[in-house]
Order: sequence, then C-alpha cells, then structure tokens
Amino acid sequence: MTRDKYKNLGTRTVEFYGHGIKNLQDTEVKGRLIVIEGPDASGRSTQIQSITTRLEADGHAVLNTGLKRSELVGKGILEAKENFSLGKKTLALYYAADFADQFEYKIIPALQAGYIVLADRYIYTLIARNLARGLDKTWCHNLYGFAIKPDIVFYLDVEPTVLIHRVFQKNSTLDYYESGADMGLSNDMYESFLIYQKRVSQEFYLMQKRYGLIPINGNRSMLEIHNDLQKRIDSFLRRVGHK
Amino acid sequence: MEKRGKLIIVEGIDGSGKSTQLHLLEKWLAFKGVNVFKSEWNSSEMVKEITSKGKKKGLLTPTTFSLLHATDFADRYERNISPLLRAGYFVLADRFVYTAFARDIVRGCNPAWVKKVYDFAVKPDVAFYFKVPVDIAVDRILIGRPKLKYYEAGMDMNLSNDPYESYRIFQGRIIEQYDSLAESEGFTIIDGTLNIEEQQNIVRKKIMPLLENLKPTRIRTRR
Repeated sequence: MTRDKYKNLGTRTVEFYGHGIKNLQDTEVKGRLIVIEGPDASGRSTQIQSITTRLEADGHAVLNTGLKRSELVGKGILEAKENFSLGKKTLALYYAADFADQFEYKIIPALQAGYIVLADRYIYTLIARNLARGLDKTWCHNLYGFAIKPDIVFYLDVEPTVLIHRVFQKNSTLDYYESGADMGLSNDMYESFLIYQKRVSQEFYLMQKRYGLIPINGNRSMLEIHNDLQKRIDSFLRRVGHK
Repeated sequence: MEKRGKLIIVEGIDGSGKSTQLHLLEKWLAFKGVNVFKSEWNSSEMVKEITSKGKKKGLLTPTTFSLLHATDFADRYERNISPLLRAGYFVLADRFVYTAFARDIVRGCNPAWVKKVYDFAVKPDVAFYFKVPVDIAVDRILIGRPKLKYYEAGMDMNLSNDPYESYRIFQGRIIEQYDSLAESEGFTIIDGTLNIEEQQNIVRKKIMPLLENLKPTRIRTRR
C-alpha cells in the first residue's frame, strides 16, 4: 500500500482543520478540492458553470457541490428559514449538518475517486455569517473542525455597493438573511444590506490569512473574472501535476 | 446570560427511571406554585421531522447525527430554556448536553469537538444521574420485546447483528461515558434500583434548598 503512494504522486492523505472525523483520518484522495467563495449575486454560480465546462472539456471528472443541497437537510433549511423562527445558533448548526452530510457523502467519495470537486462555497461563508451574527469565534471555527483543507480557495470580493446592483439585476428584491434583516441592523433594508455585507466581507478579510483564501477582484466583468479564475486554476493543476 | 431561574436536569440510560422521577419532581414543584417548564431531548418540532427522515433512511453518520441533535438542542435552548431561565422559571430537562457527549463519543466523535459544540449551554444547578446496572435497565426496556429503532439500538456501529445484543452493548458503553462524566460534571448520583418513592425523596431533598429564597411571582398591575 505505502509503495503505491510513491508510484502515484497524486495520492495524498486528507488534512483536517481540526479534529476531523475518526473513520476518515487516513483517507487517501486522488482528486482536488477547489472552492469558490463569495456573496450571493457575486457571480459565483456562473463562474462555476463555465469552469466546470472547461475542466470537463479538458477531460477532468468534475463534481459540483454547494450549500443547502444535502439529501438530509437541504430542504429543511429552506423551510425553516421561511418561518423566520430559528435562532442563530440553531441555524448555524443546521447548516453545519447540511454541510457535513454533503461532505461525507459527496465530497470525500468524489475526491477518493479522483474527481475535481468544484465547491460553490464551503465552510468559510458559513463561518463568516455566524461571526457576523456575533457567535463566538472559537465556537464557529471548532464547529467546522471536521472539514478537510481544500487544495485552493478563491474568494470573489465584491464591493457591497456594486453587489447590491447585481442583486437587483438578478432578483429585484433583497433577500431577508442576505441583508442581515434578522439582525436588526437597520429598519431600512437597503441600509441593512450594505452594513451586513460589509461585515461579512470584513470577516472574510480576517479569515484570509488563517485559511489561505485567495481574493479575486469581483467588481470586474464576468468575463474578466472568468479568465482570471480559469488561469489560476489551470496553473494550479499544472503545478500539482494533476492529469 | 443573567439567569434568575434554576436548571435541573436528569441523565441516565433508557430504563433508568429518570423520566418518571422528573415527572414527579415537576408535579411537586407545580403543586408548590413554582413556575416550571419541562424540555425533552430531541423534541423540537422544527428539527424532529428532518432527524426522523434521516433516521428512517439510515443516512446519518456520527457527525450528522451529532449535529442534528445539537440543532434540536440549540432550538430548544434558544427559544425555551434560555429565555425561561431568565424569566425565573425552574427549567427541567429530560436529558441535557451529557446525553450528546455520551452518545456522540461512543459513536466516535471527537470528545473535545462535541463539548465545544455544546458550550453555549449554561451549567445546570443540579444534574441528577440515575445509575442502574446495564442489565436491569435493558431488561426494563426489552421486557416487552419492543421493536428497537436502528439508531436507538446502535446498529450503525456494527456492534452486533442482533439488535437486542447491539442495544445492550451500546447502553453499556454509554454508562461508561456517564460514569466518567459524573465526577467532572458534578452529577448527583441516584441509585436507580431503589423504590420510586425513595428516589423521589432524595431528589426533593436536593432541590429543597433551591426553593428557599423563592418568592411567589406576583403580577404587578398599574393602578
């Protein structure tokens, strides 16, 4: 078994942020975990789509994951949020359960099978939201100690004032939670959105070093952002010799 | 959190008699005119539906099992336990964070991780641990040969192919966890093999001092 490790240079043992998960401790993976983070309407999904198309065209097997998509609780979270009745710790744990389910049933198996997992957000958005809502810092980071470190993480950094226009282009209304309306920041939703997004972006800024997030200027056009991301991903895959 | 009420919790494996004792304590306190609220493990309506779906499908891993129960607890904590304690209630909890510690640790979750996840909860004023030898408790539960649920029997841990045997081993391991928590968490240990009345006497004696400075809550009205 150990011999194979040297033969197959791409095989690595997963590395966890915290204590990890007992039965996954020595899990060996061949795939790569690439994460794109960024607020709603930052153009994340569009980018993920075009990158997926490109990677598949290059012959890579790609799996997309995102938040609120687990078999187990994905739908439950959506329903619960409609009620506006959940407390912030409850919601934080709910999201963690959703993430854990996808993490164990989708991300890990795909990485073992040699897929490139392209994650439409990972633990950082969840941590940033929780921190912006005033939850204890150590608690927030510990919660996701079971997650593995991705190979590379990009963060689409968009000015809140630019972001709000993209939101209106997309939906023409502001989302309750994405505006931090649950936090009583302001009676004015517009105002609240700007304050909240600013806070979240500050939390991302503070996490940059700790988690090695690569900021990507998200104020540019979709095409410019795409070219930038694609170039970085291509050079990353070349660097690690992922074929 | 400034807390004016009191938090009393009971722990013990299934069949240890803890719920019976908590029920009797609740009746006694209510009879004395104390504001009481009881909260049961895994009872948040919002979360229960999802948990039970996951359980039916046998989809839960130790991590998701742990997180869903933490979600349930947080929901009850944020909406009931915490505000009621602040309002001066006697909150009685049938199982508390220690149930999660014991079960999750037996399932292989990291102990430090689990404890941190629950560290937003206040420490109980009194934590009763109903200690019963595993065979007695298990016999109390299994006497009618009930159909044990998959996770209840600990079938996810591959302890045994026989649900009853698996249940027995699982409960035994939970007792080990409780025993190791008993000292560090300051449990008041009650011998669960005593008569119901004897046990309740001990429980009430322990709670009595908490009632001393209690003034009946009067609703003030403006004239």
